[in-house]
Amino acid sequence: MFESLSDRLQGLFQKMGNRGRLTEKDIDDAMREVRRALIEADVNLAVVKEFVAAVKARSLGQEVLRSLSPGQQVIKIVHEELIHLLGDEQVPLGRASAPPTVIMLVGLQGSGKTTHAAKLGVNLRKGGQQPLLVAADVYRPAAITQLQALGKQVDLTVYEEGTQTPPPRIVQNALRVARDKGNGTVIVDTAGRLQINEQLMEELEEIKRVAAPTEILLVADAMTGQEAVNVAREFHARVGLTGVIMTKMDGDARGGAALSIRRVTGVPIKFLGTGEKVDAIEAFHPDRLASRILGMGDVLSLIEKAQSQFDEQQAKAMEQKVLSGKFDLEDFLNQLQQVKQMGPIGQLLEMIPGLGAQARKQDVQVSDDDLKQIEAIIRSMTPEERRNPQLVKGSRRRRIARGAVGRSTRSTRCSTSSSRCRR
Amino acid sequence: MIDLLKKATRYRRVKIFQRGVPFVIMVVGVNGVGKTTTIAKLARYHQQRFNRSVILAAGDTFRAAAIDQLQVWGGRIGVPTIAHQPGADPGAVVFDAMQAAHNRGADLLIVDTAGRLHTKYNLMQELTKIRRVMQKTVPEAPQEVLLIIDANTGQNGLRQAEEFAKSVEITDIALTKLDGTSKGGIAFAVTKALGVPISYVGTGETLDDLTEFNAETFVDGLFFEEHEGEIE
Repeated sequence: MFESLSDRLQGLFQKMGNRGRLTEKDIDDAMREVRRALIEADVNLAVVKEFVAAVKARSLGQEVLRSLSPGQQVIKIVHEELIHLLGDEQVPLGRASAPPTVIMLVGLQGSGKTTHAAKLGVNLRKGGQQPLLVAADVYRPAAITQLQALGKQVDLTVYEEGTQTPPPRIVQNALRVARDKGNGTVIVDTAGRLQINEQLMEELEEIKRVAAPTEILLVADAMTGQEAVNVAREFHARVGLTGVIMTKMDGDARGGAALSIRRVTGVPIKFLGTGEKVDAIEAFHPDRLASRILGMGDVLSLIEKAQSQFDEQQAKAMEQKVLSGKFDLEDFLNQLQQVKQMGPIGQLLEMIPGLGAQARKQDVQVSDDDLKQIEAIIRSMTPEERRNPQLVKGSRRRRIARGAVGRSTRSTRCSTSSSRCRR
Repeated sequence: MIDLLKKATRYRRVKIFQRGVPFVIMVVGVNGVGKTTTIAKLARYHQQRFNRSVILAAGDTFRAAAIDQLQVWGGRIGVPTIAHQPGADPGAVVFDAMQAAHNRGADLLIVDTAGRLHTKYNLMQELTKIRRVMQKTVPEAPQEVLLIIDANTGQNGLRQAEEFAKSVEITDIALTKLDGTSKGGIAFAVTKALGVPISYVGTGETLDDLTEFNAETFVDGLFFEEHEGEIE
């Protein structure tokens, strides 16, 4: 349903085709597409208007009209303006001059504050800090238990006083503990609240007063619609945000809310939450999100993912093998493992420019189960068979099929021949 | 517009509660929309309004302390919660809960599921499996599949609804967090696309903050700034 903006613009300009120069009307048509795409991506209407005006002004300039590929030019301008709106460059977390540095997480219910308290803790520990997590959500049932469970899972200390103490007091005591124990960073998980709940907003102000946080991060759901503006504006007005964490970015929401939030608050987006596991948090890069909003894919994140998982030496050895024609099923299995480590296949495909939309359109479902099947089959082979799949005939094939539980002999044949194709 | 939504209400099927057969409600949705809270409210609603005996099933074995959260609610309203250990197979929990509902002659079983993004193929498959498990005990279960949508959700709500509908047959929608400033306009698109009614509206964090959906007050809420009167 979401055809990417870049595809649409390409199509539009192709239709205009060989008329040579673009007219102002052509640009207007293009801007209509831009507007539609941004609204579909949940960018706030006022922000869209302002943005389109800026893009149009630039598009009417010489650089586009004279260009041989005006479509590309307009896309480039949209991309650049998006990056600009998102804040041009990445802003790291601040540090307090005297420890502990206090980071406060605030936001609506269900945006992911508790999960991100733990994720952020893990992320900061990688940078050599020793964060203390503080359970200041005394309202939601089992919110404290949740933070404790996460803390245990990732081996971070959680400070809590049950549900009877007022949150500002809990935070105050936590700071004392952090000083005593030498925790350089304190991450405060506050309760989810509506920005119009006067009593709870006052509580946030009170926590801010006692904790003097260096960072107050708004945790916002990437799927949020037009409402994002009201929420961000009000939280910012009450406590003065210093940054934003956009969560649930592993879904297919375009994340236009990020643009709106950035525009109305002026504070930088600092992190993206990309999954339910505790390491699923990334530093925010404006250019990458801009590409995503445009539906241009996210090659850089893909490359980074690959780099963090692949062993370079192994890759070289593999290259040698492929070149010398000695690539066998054993090696294939090896590669399969590495790809699997990068995350669910579907998610990886999404990041490849063009492929994401394509896959959706044709309803291609690549499931990790398919890979598991292949793996099961190969694992049922003897080492000799793996090195030399030609050996697999009749009775061997039946044995392997039995080993791979419930796989018919036919899919075993598929697997061996797919390796043959590779040669 | 009211007409449109009224039509949506007409999609509502008559719910048949059979004697001796537990009526099963399966609650699904993306992360953080308020599934567990809605379940507690829903249990309370059936208890008070219809005097039904309710059992809860802690089918979210994945998120930290999700089980505890449901148990706390269950304790508050005096309703038993069937739960396994964190990380257990949700199918097994649901199977046990189905047995328990059957053996204890409960009128209603409400099944919590882990929040999942609709783009995660494997997790969506898991929902289909949970549904199959239910049908082993009660062939017509789940008689109600409730998709929870956060009123703050934007265009993505439609994608969510479509994908969930592919895995499990959605019968009802609950729109949560309507007590904020969001008007929940995405509900229009969803109810039209799926042809299922918006049955409930969540308007706060306490047990009584659940109402049946009313098309007129909803549309009024969309157009008039005055927030009072939007929800009865």
